Amino acid sequence: MIRAGLIACLVFAACSAPPEEAGTPVRDPLPDDIKRSGTAFLQPDTRALQADDFANPGFLWIDRGEKLFRAGVDGSKACAACHGEDGADLVGAAAHYPQVDAASGELVNIEGRINQCREQHQSLPPLDYESDDLLALTAYVSHLSRGEPVSVDVSGPAARYYEMGRDYFFTRRGQLNLACSQCHNEHWGEKLRGDTISQGHGNAFPAYRLEWQTLGSLHRRLNDCDEGVRAEPMPLGSDTYKAVELYLAKRAEGLPIETPGVRR
Amino acid sequence: MTIRISAPDTASKGEVIELKAMIQHKMETGYRRDSRGDVVARDVITRFECRYNGELVFASDFHPGIAANPFLSFHTRATESGTLDFTWTDQDGQSWSETHELTVE
Repeated sequence: MIRAGLIACLVFAACSAPPEEAGTPVRDPLPDDIKRSGTAFLQPDTRALQADDFANPGFLWIDRGEKLFRAGVDGSKACAACHGEDGADLVGAAAHYPQVDAASGELVNIEGRINQCREQHQSLPPLDYESDDLLALTAYVSHLSRGEPVSVDVSGPAARYYEMGRDYFFTRRGQLNLACSQCHNEHWGEKLRGDTISQGHGNAFPAYRLEWQTLGSLHRRLNDCDEGVRAEPMPLGSDTYKAVELYLAKRAEGLPIETPGVRR
Repeated sequence: MTIRISAPDTASKGEVIELKAMIQHKMETGYRRDSRGDVVARDVITRFECRYNGELVFASDFHPGIAANPFLSFHTRATESGTLDFTWTDQDGQSWSETHELTVE
């Protein structure tokens, strides 16, 4: 009798508990009218550093990227030979990445597109993810679109990657059992130890993180977030992180590209 | 090694001008350990000098407490047209330089 009552209690509790407590994070998207770039959550000093085009250390990589863009390596064609001396043809392009490559049907981000160009048009080996040269080129190309609103296509062949990225965002993971959404949708603007939780937009990446003392990619940032909840991080440049990048870009739609951002 | 310099191209005689200099350098302290517990070797710039037509107008000693990609901002008085020479030297004596031409009217 007691046991039956206990089971009844448990069943009753399971039915009446709100979905959050039952273990599934709320899947509501972030409303458009409260969308704010990560810059809004920075300390004033850090924001000032990002706003100063000389003091912002990210420009070391922009300068390096510009040089690489203009110079051919070992007699290969320079990026500038196709895309214009100042990258004029690429202005605005970065705002529409990641996107599905028409030829392969795979999702490519800017890093991937640069490496694809190197292999197919420049006869050069691909650059390592997170190498200074790839970061520099990615930052330079993204910087050409500074101020352009993020706008990605998630229809057609991109839809499956978008779903994959969204699933990742709303799935609890790691020893802390947290989904991205639980910090960045449900508790942004609140404190996590000494820091203010941002909405988790990627529009300033590659960004200079003071913690890293260097420029880093969005995938490195995702890697850190995964480590933060004590989950197994995915490899940089993996399909999963590219899919998350696509979901985040759609989620950040309309926010201006800020590369090179400065983050805590 | 990427270097960024900000200095005016022209200045009037006697004018105080602001010079800014930044260099890409990791400024590894020598106090950190990697994921295997091995000490990451110290690698720091130890000296920065700015010369104006050969005359030392600003110098700074760097130590392991200086952040990566050190950024300096300082002032000098424009006296004559000439070359500003910015030089960083690391612990092993390797150095990197950049120059800027200043015209004084």
